[in-house]
Amino acid sequence: MKIHEFQGKELFRKFGVTVLDGRVATTPEQAKSAFEELGGSIAVVKSQIHAGGRGKGTFIEEPDQRGVQLVRSADEAAEAARKMLGNTLVTIQTGPEGKTVNQVFVEAGCDIDRELYLGIVLDRAVSLPVIMCSQEGGVDIEKVAHETPEKIFKEHFDPAIGIESFQVRKLCKKLGISGKSVRVADKFMRALCDLYVQLDCSLLEINPLVVTKSGDIVALDSKINFDSNAMFRHKDIAELRDLTEEAESEVLASEAGLSYVQLDGNIGCLVNGAGLAMSTMDIIKLHGGEPANFLDVGGGADTEQVTQAFRILLNDPNVKAVLVNIFGGIMKCTTIAEAIVSAAKTVGFNVPLVVRLEGTKVEEGRKILEDSDIDIIGATDLTDAASKVVSVVAAPV
Amino acid sequence: MSILINSNTKVICQGITGDVGGFHTRGCLEYGTQMVGGVTPGKGGQTFDGLPVFDTCYEAVEATGADATMIFVPPPFAADAILEAIDAKIKTIIAVTEGVPVIDMVRVKQAIDASDCVLIGPNCPGVITADECKIGIMPGYIHQKGKVGIMSRSGTLTYEAVWQTSSRGLGQTTCVGLGGDPIVGTSFIDCLQWFQDDDETEAILMIGEIGGSAEEEAAAYVKQNITKPVAAFIAGQTAPPGKRMGHAGAIISGGKGTASEKIAALQSANIEVAMSPADMGEAVERAISNAA
Repeated sequence: MKIHEFQGKELFRKFGVTVLDGRVATTPEQAKSAFEELGGSIAVVKSQIHAGGRGKGTFIEEPDQRGVQLVRSADEAAEAARKMLGNTLVTIQTGPEGKTVNQVFVEAGCDIDRELYLGIVLDRAVSLPVIMCSQEGGVDIEKVAHETPEKIFKEHFDPAIGIESFQVRKLCKKLGISGKSVRVADKFMRALCDLYVQLDCSLLEINPLVVTKSGDIVALDSKINFDSNAMFRHKDIAELRDLTEEAESEVLASEAGLSYVQLDGNIGCLVNGAGLAMSTMDIIKLHGGEPANFLDVGGGADTEQVTQAFRILLNDPNVKAVLVNIFGGIMKCTTIAEAIVSAAKTVGFNVPLVVRLEGTKVEEGRKILEDSDIDIIGATDLTDAASKVVSVVAAPV
Repeated sequence: MSILINSNTKVICQGITGDVGGFHTRGCLEYGTQMVGGVTPGKGGQTFDGLPVFDTCYEAVEATGADATMIFVPPPFAADAILEAIDAKIKTIIAVTEGVPVIDMVRVKQAIDASDCVLIGPNCPGVITADECKIGIMPGYIHQKGKVGIMSRSGTLTYEAVWQTSSRGLGQTTCVGLGGDPIVGTSFIDCLQWFQDDDETEAILMIGEIGGSAEEEAAAYVKQNITKPVAAFIAGQTAPPGKRMGHAGAIISGGKGTASEKIAALQSANIEVAMSPADMGEAVERAISNAA
């Protein structure tokens, strides 16, 4: 689960991680008064969307406007906010369709001496969280990691202990942080590691992390992702979820307890199990087709959930055919067959349907489908299913 | 022979009085597994289908001699249940539960590495030794005693592989579902060595997916240490970056963990890679004939 920059910064403040003063605005007037309240001679107006690359991103409706802008007066703040709010920001991470900006964050300026990078993630290879720093702040860190990995410094830490002060001193040496800033960095990094552990983060990034001319260390940005599996113990964090940032179909799917990811192709897939769902996408592609989605109905789904899954698939205007691939384990083939019958009644199949059933109660499941009057293209195995669904999509109507 | 479990394995179920735990305890009994009891804190003294229920793992082990446990405890309490099983020195711990927080698993991983126990999972279908012992949620009837050792990060995709090897008459020794989470108890490498040391296993099938670097590490290990034929499949060749594909661990992040990187690493270790999920059974046959 992702949150906005300003929400992340509120959490930073709670944990004692230094951030600048700022205000959220949803109208140009609010942006104007935010500038006045901050009281400085400059401020930065920042679009709030769940994607990076905002500084270089531009708006579809306002091609000259960037996603982040430095302003020098209240009127400039209002003008920047007017051009951002309600408009569509396209960055390297949003895809060409972009994302609507519903709120901006107006933040005080500061005297930047140096821009660094700091991130915390899980290092799966050693099963421990790792803090990563680099002097190459403010740029595309994935590029740095790829081209010059020696410029990224790492320290693993035990969640039960947090990062040790000697580790911070080690990192400071490599980052060129010295003097009294070392002690500031110690407090800053330890607070950040505590936040990462206590709030069950899956990713925490500050890019840029700034050393000011007065030697202070400030988080100029915040990107936090949370472990969805741990949200049961963080009800307050779960409430920060912004549904407008997610595809409607993905929200509907998550409400129904389904795992769904929308893609660009035209063959809808309904599968049980994540690995089989991914492989179904792969085999469609191998046969020259393009999957419209990843959809794992899970092992314990009932007829109602599977019917909802069909509803989501058939609502996608790109979908020209649906491939159902089920290997029943806990999932009974009869449940799927009943859901197909129910979906035919309540949703209606307006596109061809290819069905491959195998596993638990397969004979009974096939019988249910045969006894219905639904037009189904049966398939005997994975290859048969993929080639049938690809050819039915390719066939002229 | 086989790995991890066989007809002598005595199994308890942690979470036996829950709907899911109870349902699959029955499934395992039907397959012929020696289920000897269960654990649910607060329900000690009750019985489930004639099996004794205990408050703690310690009592269960003492009374039944169990050397394996199957865990269906809900996510908020799953890590604690695994830690209890480790502390009770249950040799083989199989955690089926999906949705255990990662931070909890960091703690569990440290405990399991410091112990003599083996943890399979979490978020896995379990382990089955064909015709001998099933611990988990897989449909038993598709398995056939034979010569292929299967290890996988996925559930239903493993069933697909089992189905393909059964219908080709290859059969299986033991099938291990390692789990789809970012941190799991057992890696491909552990499993590779067990299969290498197992007399009955003649070939190994590895089913990986996008995310992490477990497949790359396994490829390097195969190059150095494994003499038996190995075939592999990687799910998620068409998965977009940055999106979690169902499994918490199946995500391409920072440009790392792509299927193509993994396939290249496997091929460089002379592992026979199936490019299509329909080709897993055949890939095992090719690996065997290449080695002959």
